[in-house]
This record gives sequence, structure tokens and C-alpha cells, in this order.
Amino acid sequence: MSTATQEYQAVFAGKTRAQLDEILTRYPAKQAALLPALWLVQRERGWISDRSMTEVAEVLGLTPAYVKGVVTFYTMYHQHPVGKNFVQVCTTSPCNICGAEGVVRALLEHTGAKDLGATSPDGQWTVIEVECLGACGFATPVLINDDFIESVTPEKVPELVRKYR
Amino acid sequence: MGYPHKPHPRETVVLSKHFGDPEARTYKGWVRRGGYEALKNALATDPAAIIEEVKTSGVRGRGGAGFPTGLKWSFMPKEKTKPHYLCVNADESEPGTFKDREIMRWTPHALLEGTAIAAHAIRAEVTYIYVRGEFTEPLAILEKALAEASTAGVFGNMKIYLHRGAGAYICGEETAMMNSIEGKRGNPRIKPPFPAAAGVFGMPTTINNVETLVAVPHILKNGAAWYKGLSLSNPKSTGTKLFSVCGHLAKPGNYEVTMGFPLKDLLYELGGGMRPGRTLKACIPGGSSVPILNREESESCLLDYEGCVEKGTMLGSGGVIVFDDSTDMVYQIMRLARFYAHESCAQCTQCREGTAWTTRILERILTGQGAMKDLDLLLDLADNMTGKTICVLSDSCAAPVVSGIKKFKSEFEAYITGKKRPVAA
Repeated sequence: MSTATQEYQAVFAGKTRAQLDEILTRYPAKQAALLPALWLVQRERGWISDRSMTEVAEVLGLTPAYVKGVVTFYTMYHQHPVGKNFVQVCTTSPCNICGAEGVVRALLEHTGAKDLGATSPDGQWTVIEVECLGACGFATPVLINDDFIESVTPEKVPELVRKYR
Repeated sequence: MGYPHKPHPRETVVLSKHFGDPEARTYKGWVRRGGYEALKNALATDPAAIIEEVKTSGVRGRGGAGFPTGLKWSFMPKEKTKPHYLCVNADESEPGTFKDREIMRWTPHALLEGTAIAAHAIRAEVTYIYVRGEFTEPLAILEKALAEASTAGVFGNMKIYLHRGAGAYICGEETAMMNSIEGKRGNPRIKPPFPAAAGVFGMPTTINNVETLVAVPHILKNGAAWYKGLSLSNPKSTGTKLFSVCGHLAKPGNYEVTMGFPLKDLLYELGGGMRPGRTLKACIPGGSSVPILNREESESCLLDYEGCVEKGTMLGSGGVIVFDDSTDMVYQIMRLARFYAHESCAQCTQCREGTAWTTRILERILTGQGAMKDLDLLLDLADNMTGKTICVLSDSCAAPVVSGIKKFKSEFEAYITGKKRPVAA
């Protein structure tokens, strides 16, 4: 039977646990380490599962429901697995008038992701539209994983996609 | 330096002097450029004297509200009975604004120096610099700078930590930011109590914007009178200001000018004017949350707090969004409303329902299903969204809608009467 639940491997063990312990010293309350703890989970696992939320809750003395309430408030925490390359394109007004929608179309086509929020069949790409990335003078800014790329145009997209493939 | 362009002769480069100079990012490079001298002197000065100097300089908060910085610092309790906190607002997310990002990526030590001086002035042991989650590059640069400067021992016993946001515009609102630091959803808090009485972790707290803090070392070094003298217009708006200019412009970028600089010159001289064959249609001078100006208003507006109010708008964060005559104003106003609908924390009914409803009505008009009465409905809705909620996100959504209908009504009517073909929205 392949349906058996795999045993959960704790995120906060070894080096990651030590990192969290250091973070805890920065705040007068354990709860304040919640956002950094969630970042650590996402760094280690790529996304934040319900099981990981429960682990975070246990480690910080919170309830799983509370942790989920916080996770769902912030748009950068992934509640589902995403492609190896997670692409965020700014389409708010200043970028919109400079052609951001064309950049989105080109990215969806060249990555094979096809639909916003969907992951390409090869598991490599997820493309989403986001609100203001705070680089309006460098339209269109695109965030690929942790790389912030300025002044992307539809013409530059094929080369960009090749670089990350 | 008017990054990414060479400085224009009419710029007054104080805060942006080292933009584009990678050596200024290092601790040694910063010290070579006169960095951390102001902090050294400040740490040997009585906090009250520093607050007085900053008060006299007239510097006002650069995040958008324009509250006098020295006065804000003076609200912290005189008798210290509890720990004091400083929070640095580096959650720059106001559409049109990208100045703090440039400050952090080129001159991280300028921010750390201003931060440490402010912490000393308000007698804060701990500072949190709240950087928006998407700012991966500024975060990495700040992290390195903080480690270098801490190793060099310039902060004494003060503790400075970086706290990364996770994607929420509303966390730029100071009370939402404090909740976010505490590990909560970023819902703004009802005031009072004000942060100086009960802020982060319930303790006396001051929240300052990045650009405000980087001005502080210059004020202490050159004196309040020098800073005040940098105004072109009036004693209520002093110093220099970084304007982020974006949209339909030949040379978008950050330009540092003295308060009172004409918006017209910023657009046509520094910003290189419109693209070939295009003319200016509209401009939002202070980030997307302030009323839109038409061409005539833009060309006669002086860039300071009072000059913008005189034209019926606000200086805000200094994010200047330029729209030329090719712009579909109805579509762009819908995009802005959609931004606020996406970013509403959903705490207050007027905002949660109002921002979404406004967006739906604008989408309906764009797709050719609008009616004339929708314009009255939008204005009525905007009235109910203004001045009635915990924070001003709801007001910010209403601002472009109301000013847009007032100044570009014929564009709305063209969609409603069928004179203009519907578009996908």
C-alpha cells in the first residue's frame, strides 16, 4: 500500500533548530519568532504544509489554528508546493502602463506554466502576478525565487527562462 | 546621484550622494566617506539635545504622513520605567515608491547610522528594521552591513535586528507592522493608545521611515539651520526629498531635490519629459494613495507638503506616477482599486466590502456593463470609505476613484454609453 503516511521529519532539528534558537533571543516573546520560523520552514521544505504548521505551533507554544491564521494572511508563504522556479511579476498600475501584462504572457508561454498560479508539467515553473514589488522605476520587476530582476520586457523573457531552466 | 541616471545639475544630492557606488556599501568604505562620525558624536550627546536639534531642523516623516520627526521622538516617556523600542519602517510598498529600496541597497550603513542615532535619542535598547519580504537584495545587503558594523562595535549596547515581512502592503501601517513583529496577522490597531505609550510588545515605541532616518546624521553633522535652509518654499517643509519617478517618462528613477521644487521641472527636465510624441495626461505625486492631478495641476504644483495640499493632493511618500495621453484612466484606476482590494486586511467593513465593491463596479464599467448611476454609486461608496476605518487603506482606495471621476469623467462615460469599446478587466 502506497497510501501509508510517511513519517514526518521535523524541520526544527540540527542546524535549523539552532537558527531558530538564535532568532528566539531577539524577541521578548516566543510568538514574535513566528514569521521568521515560517520563513525557515519554507526555506527548508519549499512550502508550508499543515503538518509543518503544527510543528511550528508546538515549538512556539501556539495553536495550529493560530499559525494557519497567520500563514494565510501573508501572501509570500506557500500553502501548496510550487515549481522549482517561483516567478512573481508586478502588474500594479505603474508597471501595467509600462507593459507588465506582456511580460506575464511571455513568461506563461516560455515557461510552459500556461496559467497563472499553475505549475508547468515538468514541475519547473510557477508564475504569479503580484501587487507592487517596490521597483516601479525599473518596470517590469520580476522576482524569480530570491533573485530580483529589473526592467524585464517580453523580448528578454526567453533568455531569462533559459538561464533558470 | 539620480539613480540610475547621473545626477542632474538641479538635484541636491545629500541622501543619494553614494547611490551607485558599491564601495559605500562596506563598513570601511562608509567610514572613509565620513560615515559613523555623526553617530559617535551623538552617543556622547544628551538625547534631549538631539531631539531638540531634529525638531529645529523641521524634518518630517518621509513615509507618507509627514509628521514632524523631532516631535514624534519627544512623545516617548521622559521617565524611563519600561524598555523602549524603535521600529524602522522599511516595508516600502506604496505603488510608485522605490526610494527606500535604493537607500538600503546602496547605503545600508547610512540607514544603520540614522537608526542608531534615533535609538539613542529615544533611549531604545532594541530596534527592529522591518524589511518587506520581497526586498531580497536590500535584505542581504543590510544583513552584511549590520554584521560588519556590529563587529566594529559602533552600536555599543544597542541591539538592532532585521525582521522580514512576508507580503502584506498593510504592514507598512505602523500599528500593523508592530503586530507583524509580534508574530500576528498584520491588522492595524485602534489608536489610542499611541505607539509612544504602548507600542510593540506593549512598550513605548517609535516608528520611523528609512528616508527620515538617513537624513538624521546629515542634520546633526551640518546643523538644523543648514537643513532648514535647504527649502525652496516655506519653513514647514524643509530639507531634501527623494522622488521616485515612474510610469510614462523618458528617464524614470530617483531624483533628490529640495522641498518646494516644481513638479513640472522634475518631470520635464530631470525625468527627461514624456516619451516621443506624447503629452502629459495625469500625475499622482505622492504614491498611489493620494488624489490624481490633471496636466494643468501637475504643471503648477510645488513639491512640498503644503504645495501638494494646495492642489488638492498630498506629498505622501514622494512616489510620482506619470500617465501620458495614451493612458486609459478608467483601467488604471481599476488597477489601483484592485490593489487596495487585494491588500485590505479585511478588519473594517467599509474597507473589506468597499475596496472589493469599488473594483467590481469599475470592472463592470470597463466591460461595457456599467450605467451612469454607477458613477454616483462609486462616489457614495468612496464617501463611506473615507475617515471611517481604523487605518487609511480604505481612504487610499477612494482617493484615486473620486479624483479620477472628477477629472476624467468623460472617459468613464465613454465606456458607459458605448462610445468606447469594452475591454477585458
